[in-house]
Amino acid sequence: MNERVAIVGVGWAGFRSVTPEVSYKELMYAAAVRAYADAGVDPLRDIDSFVTVAEDFHEGTSIFDEYTPDQLGAVLKPMHTIAGDGLHGLAAAYMLVRTGQFSIVAVEGHSKASNILTLPEITAYAQDPVLNRPLRLNTHFIAGLEMNRYLYETGTSLEQCAAVTVKNRRNALDNPSAAYGADLTLAEVLDSQFLAWPLSRHQVSEHADGAIVMVLATEETARRLTDYPVWILGVGWCSDSPSLENRDWGQAVYARQAAGMAYRQAGIRSPQSAIDFAEVDDTYAYKELQSLEALGLVPAGSAGLLTEEGATQPDGELPVNVSGGSQGMGNLLDATGLARALEVVVQLRGEAGPRQLKEIQIGLAQSWRGVPTASGAVVILSN
Amino acid sequence: MSKRKVAVVGAGMTRFVRRAQETGKELSWQAVRMALESCEMTMDDIEAVCLGTAPDAFDGVHMKGEYLSDGAGAWRKPYMRSYVGGGTGVFVPIQAWYHIASGLFDVCLVVAEEKMSSYYPHAQAAFLTIFDHTTERPLKPNLLWIFALEMNRYMHTYGISKADIAQVAVKNKRNAADHPCALLGDKNITVEDVLNSEVLAWPVNRLDVSPVTDGAVALVLAAEHVAKRITDKPVWIEGVGWSLDTAHWTNRDLAYPRYVEYAARMAYEMAGIKEPRKEIHIVEPYDPFDYKELHHLEGLLLADRGQAPQLVADGVTSRNGDMPVCPSGGLLGVGNPIAAAGLMKIAELFWQLRGEAGARQVPGHPKRGLAQAWGDLMQVGTVVIMGR
Amino acid sequence: MTVKIKNFPGTSLSEQDIADGKVFSLHDTMRADFGWDTGVAVGRYLAALKEGMILGARCRHCRKTVVPPRQVCEWCYRPMSDYVPLQDTGIVNTFSLCYVTWDVQRIKEPEIPAVIEIDGASPLHGILHKLGEIDPKEVRIGMRVKAVWKPTAERLGAITDILYFRPILEGQP
Repeated sequence: MNERVAIVGVGWAGFRSVTPEVSYKELMYAAAVRAYADAGVDPLRDIDSFVTVAEDFHEGTSIFDEYTPDQLGAVLKPMHTIAGDGLHGLAAAYMLVRTGQFSIVAVEGHSKASNILTLPEITAYAQDPVLNRPLRLNTHFIAGLEMNRYLYETGTSLEQCAAVTVKNRRNALDNPSAAYGADLTLAEVLDSQFLAWPLSRHQVSEHADGAIVMVLATEETARRLTDYPVWILGVGWCSDSPSLENRDWGQAVYARQAAGMAYRQAGIRSPQSAIDFAEVDDTYAYKELQSLEALGLVPAGSAGLLTEEGATQPDGELPVNVSGGSQGMGNLLDATGLARALEVVVQLRGEAGPRQLKEIQIGLAQSWRGVPTASGAVVILSN
Repeated sequence: MSKRKVAVVGAGMTRFVRRAQETGKELSWQAVRMALESCEMTMDDIEAVCLGTAPDAFDGVHMKGEYLSDGAGAWRKPYMRSYVGGGTGVFVPIQAWYHIASGLFDVCLVVAEEKMSSYYPHAQAAFLTIFDHTTERPLKPNLLWIFALEMNRYMHTYGISKADIAQVAVKNKRNAADHPCALLGDKNITVEDVLNSEVLAWPVNRLDVSPVTDGAVALVLAAEHVAKRITDKPVWIEGVGWSLDTAHWTNRDLAYPRYVEYAARMAYEMAGIKEPRKEIHIVEPYDPFDYKELHHLEGLLLADRGQAPQLVADGVTSRNGDMPVCPSGGLLGVGNPIAAAGLMKIAELFWQLRGEAGARQVPGHPKRGLAQAWGDLMQVGTVVIMGR
Repeated sequence: MTVKIKNFPGTSLSEQDIADGKVFSLHDTMRADFGWDTGVAVGRYLAALKEGMILGARCRHCRKTVVPPRQVCEWCYRPMSDYVPLQDTGIVNTFSLCYVTWDVQRIKEPEIPAVIEIDGASPLHGILHKLGEIDPKEVRIGMRVKAVWKPTAERLGAITDILYFRPILEGQP
């Protein structure tokens, strides 16, 4: 079977803090229509299978997969939902194409975070019901613990973490699809209230609503559909211990292992030289630093310093989160990984307008499922 | 187009009980341990884990898949949790199938776990949230409604009586008396018992339904070259199919599960099956309610529309019949821990096709079996065809 | 497998074990509040319900009239923007007599959920609702029924603005 798989179409809608004029179905439809037009496919005729990602408690509906087919053109087709991040969905779609049974597969993820009125309480329900939840702590506490340990182990400073927020929110100013572009100073970021020390308010990304759909195809089909296929070189995903009591707090082991799997598939032995730019998790500012190190894109413990020195700026050696990341675009819940992948696709196709990076061939997208999980996924793409 | 062959090489399950002392993690682990032991493998051999479990609402844990991951053996491994409602139990091995058939992995662990008893006062209340939040939930609908509405439409369309349908409950509960993990096995149950049981939501009586249950099942799947090394009796996954119908269930004819037909056709085509009624030797359709077995047999094209009850009446679907259906005892007999119940059917086919089903063994060396599950708002069909 | 193994794992507990305190247990109640944006199509549906009308939508391509309205036709994937007022009468497609509430309380008088094919919509296109003003023994598939609405002032723009559907008897409007 043709081993190579490409992303041949992408579409998105929303990316605002509220989207009151549309229901989640209508938001999904808007993204899907764009993706299908971009790919030049008719879902009823051409798309063989569909994958969506969603968590019931984010939607407020159990067995949420029930409500996904109609607006994606997937009725009476093989369709399933993964309780995971958008990159898990992308990996599943990739595997489906590689089985040789499906030539074109679509993947979808969305966020209607604005509709979740008690989100902190719901997030707290992801904590262990017997051992952790009775402590009645806001779930950010887990990020606080992790950030503290990470700073301790690597010698990274609070200023270096704040630099991530400054960079990403400024990057977002050049991204019309980013809800939270801002020109902040380090002092402003550091001066914000502590949520779960050492984590401060401004270092936590705000939520946004949005939907993203991508269309994948076999090499043969991709060449027929588009002049700019974006090849999937490798995918990886990993879940570390869900239990807080036996975690490796300083390192993002899930990211390291997920990346390792993806690098092996891509035949990449030296990520630092092979990867031209990256979109990584920055749900909390320190996460970008921790992820970069876990992904092997920078030497261990050096991410903070490199950020301070501008190495991850759009004009640096390794542009990171040129889109603005979650800090700048908003935390899109389970669709966050697809937002990271979306930027990589758009950049590799040369369609990023004012934030277009030059001479890029290989990009990496990475996501994390958020507190209290230790799960994440990686996708490596090239043009 | 060359496709990698995938086989089931090991299986394990817990007892299905009304309320288990074990947590969801522990139930998963117990099933996984048994599955690994059955093929003499360890967690080090497992390259990826696929978990299936029904709504988070039951356990009151958000992102339940993450919470269960360590119990399912997914520590520091690639792990995914998929769901398609009740169809999950037969979908999760399909997910593992595509993990391996894609060439990315050689050995996958499949786990289906359900701990419904955590929900108070009764797990059934959690199903309120499956209905559309705006157009249906304000009516305070009951899970029983959708089954009763569908059962009534089915009975009305084909002139099928409750007694016709109750035969299925009797067959399956009697079959389940031979299943060591069964909750509801009953060697002596009769059609009268079923018809006389308390009416829950007419036309559904208490004994027409399989109740809320806890349990877990696990399988080990492997690529061909590994499967042949592990066991001399691999059971091949010959075909898979799945299909999801529109969410607008009130705009559909409930008398016929066309989504099951679409899923079945996809699986038959992949398996190269032209005459399913002759080529499928054992059928394990999803039977949370007795009429569902009949409804699904028709959707699977194994019986003409409206004719499935006749097959039961003629004894065709008994263990010794020409087309044994639910020799395991099904959900009606073994129990209904949603996702685990579906996977239990795959485990049953695994044991049956290897001649290891003990007192439940279908005679005559069956070579091919089909397992099917169903879920959502009468929406999804998932089908797996296995063969030796 | 099953022949060789004698003891399967899984320990059964009873409600009494918990009530008697023989097993540790923890109780917790979740606050899961949502404010779902109804969006364009369902928003129109609810607005129409407030006005005492059931709204459908028509797909020009498939020539189907569906209810409740939606933004895209799931069969041809074309956008649907023709909203069509439907009757508030219909035919019972299927029904049940339910003696158990959604949270499993036993009730004496059954609730009567039904799928009602709405007049004006394409065949087999209906909505979920309940029947009322009828003896449970009299309910039949194929019965003609009519919506009973809340008084105008009490309507909120919700599916419950229709209290239930009642049978249309001979000579009745």
